[in-house]
Amino acid sequence: MINIEIDGKLVETERGSTVMDAAHKAGVYIPHFCYHKKLSIAANCRMCLVEVEKAPKPLPACATPAADGMKVHTHSEMAVKAQKGVMEFLLINHPLDCPICDQGGECQLQDLAMGYGGGASRYEEEKRMVSPKEIGELISTMEMSRCIQCTRCVRFGQEIAGQMELGMANRSEHAEIMSFVNSAVDSELSGNMIDLCPVGALTSKPFRYTARSWELSRRRSVSPHDGLGSNLAVHVKDNRVCRVVPVENEAINECWISDKDRFSYEGLNSPERLTRPMIRQDNKWIEVEWAAALEYVANGLRQIKDSAGADHIAALATPHSTLEELYLLQKLMRGMGSDNVDFRLRQSDFNLATKGAPWLGMPIAELNSCDRFLIVGSFLRKDQPLIAQRIRMAVKAGAKANVLHAADDDLLMPVANKAIVQPSKMADMLAQILKALVMRKEAVVPSELQQVEISDVAQAIAASLSSGERAAVLLGNLAQQHPQATLLASLSNQIAELCGAKFGFLGEAANSVGGHMARAIPESGMNAMQMLEKPRKAYLLLNVEPELDMHDPNLAMSAMKQADMVVAMSAYKHHASEYADVMLPIAPFTETSGTFVNNEGTVQGFKGAVKPLGDARPAWKVLRVLGNMLDIPGFDYDNSEAIRDEVLGFACKLDNRTEGVVLNLNGAGGSALERVTDVPIYFSDALVRRAEALQKTGDAATPTARMHGAELQRLGLKPGDVVRVVQGSASAKLSVKRDDRLPSGVVRIAAAHAATAGLGAMFGEIEITTGDSTKLPENASRVAGQTVERA
Amino acid sequence: MLSATVQEQINRELKKYPADQKQSAVMSALRFVQDEKGWISTDDMGDIASYLGMPGIAVMEVATFYHMYNLKPMGKHTITVCTNLSCTLCGAEDTVAYLSSKLGIGMGEVTADGKYGLREGECMGACKDAPLFTINNRKLCGRLTHEKIDQILAELDKS
Repeated sequence: MINIEIDGKLVETERGSTVMDAAHKAGVYIPHFCYHKKLSIAANCRMCLVEVEKAPKPLPACATPAADGMKVHTHSEMAVKAQKGVMEFLLINHPLDCPICDQGGECQLQDLAMGYGGGASRYEEEKRMVSPKEIGELISTMEMSRCIQCTRCVRFGQEIAGQMELGMANRSEHAEIMSFVNSAVDSELSGNMIDLCPVGALTSKPFRYTARSWELSRRRSVSPHDGLGSNLAVHVKDNRVCRVVPVENEAINECWISDKDRFSYEGLNSPERLTRPMIRQDNKWIEVEWAAALEYVANGLRQIKDSAGADHIAALATPHSTLEELYLLQKLMRGMGSDNVDFRLRQSDFNLATKGAPWLGMPIAELNSCDRFLIVGSFLRKDQPLIAQRIRMAVKAGAKANVLHAADDDLLMPVANKAIVQPSKMADMLAQILKALVMRKEAVVPSELQQVEISDVAQAIAASLSSGERAAVLLGNLAQQHPQATLLASLSNQIAELCGAKFGFLGEAANSVGGHMARAIPESGMNAMQMLEKPRKAYLLLNVEPELDMHDPNLAMSAMKQADMVVAMSAYKHHASEYADVMLPIAPFTETSGTFVNNEGTVQGFKGAVKPLGDARPAWKVLRVLGNMLDIPGFDYDNSEAIRDEVLGFACKLDNRTEGVVLNLNGAGGSALERVTDVPIYFSDALVRRAEALQKTGDAATPTARMHGAELQRLGLKPGDVVRVVQGSASAKLSVKRDDRLPSGVVRIAAAHAATAGLGAMFGEIEITTGDSTKLPENASRVAGQTVERA
Repeated sequence: MLSATVQEQINRELKKYPADQKQSAVMSALRFVQDEKGWISTDDMGDIASYLGMPGIAVMEVATFYHMYNLKPMGKHTITVCTNLSCTLCGAEDTVAYLSSKLGIGMGEVTADGKYGLREGECMGACKDAPLFTINNRKLCGRLTHEKIDQILAELDKS
């Protein structure tokens, strides 16, 4: 530690830190544009010039190392003269368009020009013009003349997002920020560049010209999407959400949010919003009052309970529902006498019994300090964009990442070892790594592992993991959705134990942990898969669009169509109009109070930011009234906090330790052609699926059947061919795409899109037929048979 | 696609740098392409980027930063006239005017037959020979007079 004096204040700061860091500690503000605490030092805006005693000229605070005994003056005559000089230069080419600039009112340049800018310019020549660039659907560069070349956006791409998509071409006064040949910026974190831009050069395309920053009221909220639980500020004007920006929380999202968190708000104002309760009568949908709709639901449920038994009522909820909603749903179900309630909609193996709610296994921020990673079955960048970012930072600091997956998607970071195999071979690969670790420890190889032969890559992963001190083994979405999820989790857990690593689940959604805490899983009843395999008479759907949110959309839809009564509680008019009997408009996250429990177990409550649209109501209120109508005791809540307190009173602890899993490596099976399924980032939930701008990005392209080049050759196909992919009785027509990052023997087809909603399970055997033939392959019935056996 | 010759040249260059820092060879790679084609297109930049495993925009940054890379076809003989202080004091403006009138093109332009291109250059570090220009960034011609320019152009005409 060294001592430095800033504006007469003595500060102790670390050796190697800069004058800017020391000033922050002393609470002294030094004006700046290019400096950002999370980015590398560029020192190219020169706004932070300060006077340092004994230095002959002003020095940039952001790039000057603090030295012991240094005396710095940030507001001396010399410093202010330098800062004003820099400001005059910056304003030479900056247009005077603040009155129509989107950044006006929240612009660093505007703010600092108030303090350091002159009243009039001495510059009378022509200002330079920079032509707009086309860089995609999210970021507008219509006014690139406003750019002051701070290069924050460029450094963000290189350092945080991991891909350099913007750069500064040309030199001196011709310098311009642009992408390579007008290519679209498609980083899943790109929106942060809008926040980083200190002027109005990069602005939000969907938000542009919809509101001025001072007209917006800011309400804190929590992301309803991935399992991170990013802290958000929802900006509201006239009871309408106009935009979403991050709220800094170093422990969770730092100062970033993913584009999904940022731009999904467009879905809130979608024309597809359901705003009135509706009942189907004589195959026509009619709008009714809430009382009538709920009366109808209560009567229907009562009748089915009396005639077929409560066991014939099933409830499905998405893990994007709040803690309160999930809790009341299970309470309602159990109050009626049915234990068929589940929120793990995309899972297929439910045997895993962790001792508590499966979670990340460590605080999120600890990921940065891990030095070895084994990431099992995760489309990490798209499933957990900011967790990928943290691991990227760790790798940059020297950590080694190892990957076991069914697709070699670019993680935009160096990966030490990767094992890319068919889904059915994943358990075997984990067993190999486990055996290699056991042998490295010179321990006794358990009998189940005797037959396992260790490949070079498994050996390398084992060596990498055991050479670290703070390793982490993480199970991604694909691993949790895998038909052998229990086996994968159990093997991963043992690997983690052997190398002293943290073992964690990367939760798929905002409330993947909260759902367990709210007990929204069956104890003796049916799980999400069984409820569909043995069709029930009545389904309560909370936020669920079965053809998009479930593991097996085909199975889900057939169950829905067979049911006597389907109650769709949703914020949207969706396909439910084809099979449901009642549609109840419920409020999305901005229109209700609620709680999400994120991956690391942090309980984050939020309040409604706007009033519910039309007649929509918070789902917890709807469920409370239903509980009252069905005479179930304990449904007298005045507010959502009361429900939350009740849940947290008895909620299970976080615990990933698995119990009593028998390692059975023989059940793998496998087939010549297996399906690999990802849930693309902008298809993952009802809200984001309706976010207009995100739906125009590359990540939201219509799914294709992707295969390795060798696989295409084997099947005699070429990219662009239209084929019929068949899973049992389900099929879909898709175009073929070559993807050499896949292993052979797999077809990668995205789920959660209308084009693939007719398909079956996310894993397993898949057939490809050409032409229009709707004839099923010979083994179709066999495959269907397997599906049932799995239950 | 980069030609086999260019790939070969880049490979030789790559031996000078650590295997994980292939982008160190970007300036040479751009030069090889320009030597072969006379100029560097954005397609070439993309090819270099994928060959060296770096972002396309990063190649573009380098190619647009340095003056000696031609980003459009500049003719068989690109004449780059220094217009910095020493040369200007010694009559660079006259050199430019004379070249312009002889070739019938202005700065940054190419003759219709594609034989000559004229560019403005920065100090070549040979002020004692001012005024001067270079031909294709290789050959330096100094102490220019109208007669000397006629002579140089006559020689170039023959080639």
